Amino acid sequence: MMLEEFLHNGVVRRVGQALFTLLGVAVVVFVMLRAIPGDQITSNLGTEAAALTPDQRAALEAYYGIDQPLFSQFFSWLGNVLTGNLGFSSRAQTSVAELTLQALPVTFELAVLSIAFALVMGILLGMLSASRPNSARDAAGQVVGLAGLSIPAFLLATTLMSVLASEFGFNPNGEPYARLLQDPLLNLKQMFLPALVLGFGVAAPIMRTTRTAVLEVKSGDFVRTARAKGVPPRRLQIRHVLRNALVPIVTMTGLQFGYLLGGAVVIEQVFSIPGIGRQVLLGIQQNEYALVQSTVLVIALAFVLVNLLTDLLYRIIDPRVRAA
Amino acid sequence: MPASPRRTPLSWIVLGTVTVASLTLAACSDANTSDSGGGAESDADAADLAPGGDLVIGVTSDPDTLYPWRATQFQAVNVLGNIYGTLTELDENLEVTPGLAESWDVSDDGLTVTFHLREGVTFADGSTFGSEDVVHSLETILDEETAAVARSSLARVETVTAVDETTVEVALSSPDASLFANLATVNMAMLSSDDTEDDLNTTPNGTGPFAFDERVPNQSISLARNDAYWGDPALLDTVEFRVIPDESSIVSSLQAGNVQMAVFDDPLVADTAAGADVTVTETPQLSYHVLQLNARRGPLSDVNVRLAIQCGIDRQQLLDTAALGEGEITGPITSPAYRSDPNARPCPERDVERAQEYLAQADVETPVVIETIVSQGEYATSVNEAQNLKAQLEEVGIVLELDQLESGAFVDRWIAADFDAAVALNGGRPEPDGMYGRYFTSDGNLNEVAGYSSPELDELFAQGLQATDEDERKGIYDDVARHLEDNAAWVWLFTGYTYTATHNTLHGFVPMANGSLQYLRTAGFTG
Repeated sequence: MMLEEFLHNGVVRRVGQALFTLLGVAVVVFVMLRAIPGDQITSNLGTEAAALTPDQRAALEAYYGIDQPLFSQFFSWLGNVLTGNLGFSSRAQTSVAELTLQALPVTFELAVLSIAFALVMGILLGMLSASRPNSARDAAGQVVGLAGLSIPAFLLATTLMSVLASEFGFNPNGEPYARLLQDPLLNLKQMFLPALVLGFGVAAPIMRTTRTAVLEVKSGDFVRTARAKGVPPRRLQIRHVLRNALVPIVTMTGLQFGYLLGGAVVIEQVFSIPGIGRQVLLGIQQNEYALVQSTVLVIALAFVLVNLLTDLLYRIIDPRVRAA
Repeated sequence: MPASPRRTPLSWIVLGTVTVASLTLAACSDANTSDSGGGAESDADAADLAPGGDLVIGVTSDPDTLYPWRATQFQAVNVLGNIYGTLTELDENLEVTPGLAESWDVSDDGLTVTFHLREGVTFADGSTFGSEDVVHSLETILDEETAAVARSSLARVETVTAVDETTVEVALSSPDASLFANLATVNMAMLSSDDTEDDLNTTPNGTGPFAFDERVPNQSISLARNDAYWGDPALLDTVEFRVIPDESSIVSSLQAGNVQMAVFDDPLVADTAAGADVTVTETPQLSYHVLQLNARRGPLSDVNVRLAIQCGIDRQQLLDTAALGEGEITGPITSPAYRSDPNARPCPERDVERAQEYLAQADVETPVVIETIVSQGEYATSVNEAQNLKAQLEEVGIVLELDQLESGAFVDRWIAADFDAAVALNGGRPEPDGMYGRYFTSDGNLNEVAGYSSPELDELFAQGLQATDEDERKGIYDDVARHLEDNAAWVWLFTGYTYTATHNTLHGFVPMANGSLQYLRTAGFTG
């Protein structure tokens, strides 16, 4: 009932907003890419591009589709995207849609595993810290949280990888990437460390949010009442305290999704994981305009969807939001 | 330069090989680091190598194109060089040897070259290689629509004619002694006249020792031995170039045994790779570190200012501080048979007094300010070099105003010749005309960027192309080098190494000065 109402009132407005956001992203990415010095010709040929004759250069500009005026480049790309054609990567010699279809599930799996690690680590540590504020236990939890915030992911990733490889000869990421459905065991081996490292960074803000929220909820009247009524401590912690502290935790987790995609670029690079982050990075390095524009648009769409989902989750978790 | 995603573009175009034995190498401290001076192939008798085996090479990026005539990226050139054949080839000493052309004759006036093609050669798809493929290839490279990067190397070619199935006649507008070395690059690959660019972009089809097998974009490209290869067949069954974007992750993969070979340009990374199972081989490179000067702009148009810069620099100090001493001081020409004497220059050692004298003779106000472009992260030592040069020249009264640029911005400025000076790592070639003719002749296609030319140089380069006697050519290019140094056209600094890390079971591979991996065809595993 409440959900229906939300759908009626909210969805049209939210979808409108989302479309507007996506258009904005498209324009910004288009402009920023052109602001990067060089083009695909100089990316491929480097300084050797200086030796091209004017006719050779014109032939290459036509080949890469950068001989058109900017306006027509933008609208022909956008028109193609609307009809489902995300463009063609001359480097990979395959369509951007095909590349994205291969890369997106990889990053999605990495994101889900990282969030799972982050939630387990973050909530447990947060509750541990909140269970006795300002104690040694709290300090220990806070130190771990601080470490998660301050150790750069690339450093942790490289260190873990190189110690495991040189000391134990363990380096599943040196094998060709295994897809989840093809070889689940090798896939999970390859995903474990990346998800752990990425999750560790996300765990820190979740831990801090959990700690604050739990402390706040604990001081509420209803908790005292429940305790007075004889609710067992564990049940009290989980059913009453954590349940009520979940809204900020979910908000924080949703917000971290953006960090996760940024972090995925680095982590995918270090662990040789063929995900969407690497696709964008390679595209930027090569000035492959259509590839980057379309991929970023797909990422933005994912981001918008996650935000919608987070909103929806509030209403399920917290009846008070529904009333508001 | 080899193993990182974006490297100095010029260094990808390093097009030759070097007489490794003729170079003096810095002593290495690491027990498991060796230099390639003794010839790496001698480390295991070819007879000990078992045929078969699958080699995995760790690379930081997959090829940005599979079209050989437009490939300049290091990874692309290396992969394609094993798939395609060329009319001539270079051996490990950078000498021109027969390739798809078994032999060739040059007419007395030097204007007609007749190539006699090898018989019975086939492409990977089974079709026969013949004179029509050569005519098609050379004519298509010459067509500007193709945008082939080696087109200017054929500038003197007027017509290409198939005399019969195995004979091709090339008519030249003027004699061209550099033609044979220039043909020995994958940018001059012989393609089948039946193939189109679109075909080859997805399915390379060459006459080389390996044939294209499979590509997973962004992840790997695999080659399989070409059993129909005209030369001795390769030992290895397959070679996979596996993309591992991060250099330290490649080191981890070497240590864990996932990959058996990788090439690095950063001595620090190479050092971490050497271990019980992994040997690292240093190979001197043709590419050279240089302070390019634009002698057509501002204070640098005065030769005395340029000479002051040349005398104001201690190259050894630069090499030690910026590149950990990993390299050799060099003159202009790095091609082994034509190597310039690094001491044949106005100030072989730093001479601040003389530099100041030159500056006093110059008609400029001091301090002289030189706008200098530096690329950030294109190669490991660029910024360090720039800072060291700046510090040294300040003592002379010359201020290098450093403009540190991201690689794309650097390339844009470089192409537009929009700089007074540029700190650069440029590719060398096995033959000096190919290396500098395009820079320092007044009609060279990179002359605007080089910023210097003179009637005397034009004359010397023309003589060099006509001379057929090797000693005579050497003398001419010594004069070219002397002219460049005496006029301080640029300030040549040093050449570096590449580091080839191989698993100890892999033998028979010979690293080359252009970074070419052509000797994968003689590599194999022991036992």
